[in-house]
Amino acid sequence: MNNDLDKNKDNTKENETPRSESREIIDDVTSSEYKYGFVTDIDTEIIPKGINEDVIRLISAKKGEPEWLLEFRLKAYRHWLTLEMPDWAHLKIPPIDYQAISYYAAPRKKEGPKSLDEVDPELLDTFNKLGIPLEEQKALSGMAVDAVMDSVSVKTTHKEKLAELGVIFCSFSEAVKDYPDLVKRYLGSVVSYRDNFFAALNSAVFSDGSFVYIPKGVRCPMELSTYFRINASGTGQFERTLIVADDDAYVSYLEGCTAPMRDENQLHAAIVEIVVEDRAEVKYSTVQNWYAGDKNGNGGVYNFVTKRGLCRGDHSKLSWTQVETGSAITWKYPSCILAGEGSVGEFYSVAVTNNHQQADTGTKMIHTGRNTRSTIVSKGISAGYSQNSYRGLVKVAPNADGCRNYTQCDSLLLSSHCGAHTFPYIDILNDTAVVEHEATTSKISEDQIFYCNQRGIPTEEAIALIVNGYAKEVMNKLPMEFAVEAQKLLQITLEGSVG
Amino acid sequence: MDNILLDVKNLHAEIDGKEILKGINLTIRPGEVHAIMGPNGSGKSTLSSVLAGNPAFTVTEGEAYLRGKNLLELSPEDRSHEGLFLSFQYPVEIPGVSMVNFMRAAVNAKRKYLNEPALSASDFLKLMRQKRAIVELDNKLASRSVNEGFSGGEKKRNEIFQMAVLEPRLSILDETDSGLDIDALRIVAGGVNKLKTSENATIVITHYQRLLDYIKPDYVHILYKGRIVHSGGPELALELEERGYDWIKKEVDNQ
Repeated sequence: MNNDLDKNKDNTKENETPRSESREIIDDVTSSEYKYGFVTDIDTEIIPKGINEDVIRLISAKKGEPEWLLEFRLKAYRHWLTLEMPDWAHLKIPPIDYQAISYYAAPRKKEGPKSLDEVDPELLDTFNKLGIPLEEQKALSGMAVDAVMDSVSVKTTHKEKLAELGVIFCSFSEAVKDYPDLVKRYLGSVVSYRDNFFAALNSAVFSDGSFVYIPKGVRCPMELSTYFRINASGTGQFERTLIVADDDAYVSYLEGCTAPMRDENQLHAAIVEIVVEDRAEVKYSTVQNWYAGDKNGNGGVYNFVTKRGLCRGDHSKLSWTQVETGSAITWKYPSCILAGEGSVGEFYSVAVTNNHQQADTGTKMIHTGRNTRSTIVSKGISAGYSQNSYRGLVKVAPNADGCRNYTQCDSLLLSSHCGAHTFPYIDILNDTAVVEHEATTSKISEDQIFYCNQRGIPTEEAIALIVNGYAKEVMNKLPMEFAVEAQKLLQITLEGSVG
Repeated sequence: MDNILLDVKNLHAEIDGKEILKGINLTIRPGEVHAIMGPNGSGKSTLSSVLAGNPAFTVTEGEAYLRGKNLLELSPEDRSHEGLFLSFQYPVEIPGVSMVNFMRAAVNAKRKYLNEPALSASDFLKLMRQKRAIVELDNKLASRSVNEGFSGGEKKRNEIFQMAVLEPRLSILDETDSGLDIDALRIVAGGVNKLKTSENATIVITHYQRLLDYIKPDYVHILYKGRIVHSGGPELALELEERGYDWIKKEVDNQ
């Protein structure tokens, strides 16, 4: 335990060489198989590669957008042109040729008279394979799903049922058509297009995503979930999610993602904006399982994401829970701006990196309101040759009296070649703030493995048990159905044979 | 050969190139309790580690059979499945892993090895409840993480609890009495005695006669410099208690 208030400090622990065979077994079992790596053979409309104002006009036209939204995109694009890709993260990012990416890909609708609701069976199949049935009869009860493939939303389930309560859950494109005032009011209100390089890029070319509005006093009766799937090659995915919880509302939202196995690197630059009004609560859970590249670090998704929530209302609450197992490179800091008096921000994260994966992830807790509280629990697990960094900012504004933050930041190392790094930034401008930071770095010890072995538990299972135990505090925050999935995922990521 | 549970012949083992065991011979039959005593550094804990298959040690010579099976060819988990249990001197903590998950993994791994179906959740919890009573552990045990935040006494009781659940043929209690107050010692020893049958056997590794007041040995062996230098009945332990180890050391060192 250490009380580390140093700004910009790198508590880097490179692992020394361990001793015995159980290490080799760990190395052995931490070679993973990715079971979502298939490609759907479907006729896809892909616009020519490259980005310029014409491309942006084309995307906007394809989606039949109003003029104000096109203007928003163009402003973002012009701003993006003035920016450089950020290089402060502890990541080695190969140069990205933004003119070599196609910014819009959509599964082509088959010819013939069909009802609007009908979804191509090929697409239904794809999502079935991913464990996401979309037919209303088979759809998961207790969970409404918006399925997004490449640049468009394929289908949203349970929409009518939710509408009875006044809950809006639809694709972003539909929201632009059906609820333009809401979108206009909130779009860019939490993550401005000026925020950063990837946010500007997303704002210029964003395709689809989900829109959620929970009206005053409504507790959303089911989990809302968006499932993102990249399918087409040579494309990027730039989705945008906007969630608004009005006064006294509650919603639990889940996000899952997968992509085919390809030699190329695919770019995923998303934005998530959340607005939480008085006494409302939003729980946002992510299980990120983009393709991570092969064992030698070829291919995989670049996951450069800006997620931020504004706790605008008094006593509002926003919880981020993430289980990050995929992507070749992750750059992601789901954050909370705690503006409302007594508002609460939480961030629970498990980030697993294996082989040559790199992750630089964490959160920002910005306390601008009085008596606001935040909790950060970050669990990094590194294996293979991977690099895993926690980067977090806790900021308390001058007028924000009585704020509290607790940060716990743990790293678990499974190999002798991986790295775990911690970059805590603490910026306190008010004397009444209480800020705690705890950090630990550990390895699975030979003794722990031998103890399990002696009780009859094979090494592979022992590692899964220990890793799940280590991550439990975060896994417990996930909704039930997701927790089981996430636990399995953790095992698959770290062990070849399980699952 | 039948009716021999453990047969150890001329066992040599080393760690980091240093020989610790220098020719151990030991034969144990079902129903017997053997005490292994000896001064610090004589190789007592090494013997238990080597029998259990701790990869930190290398066996350089000799043989060890458990119920006719060549122990040295088996992985640590298979030795466990074959009925070998080690109560650790220093049980490790496994944060976040609840006892119930840990033991379920252990029990079901053994059942898989024996081609038996996994226990249902309710049968398993029933088993936990029964066995827990043997060492007077309370019902919070199931939800607590393995050994995390346990007192010294609780850790040792937890070891005997695991022994009760796994029903081993041969239990090795490595310094189970160290760090125990008299009440904990009585509970732990009582647990071991309750688990004793005519089918299983126990090796009690200890420094002191004290534990042997509670767990009565049939044989006492004195380990010194990696060899068993003296074997006898329970009276040998009493003699050690009276005279200490010096006379043994002299006897061996003068040879």
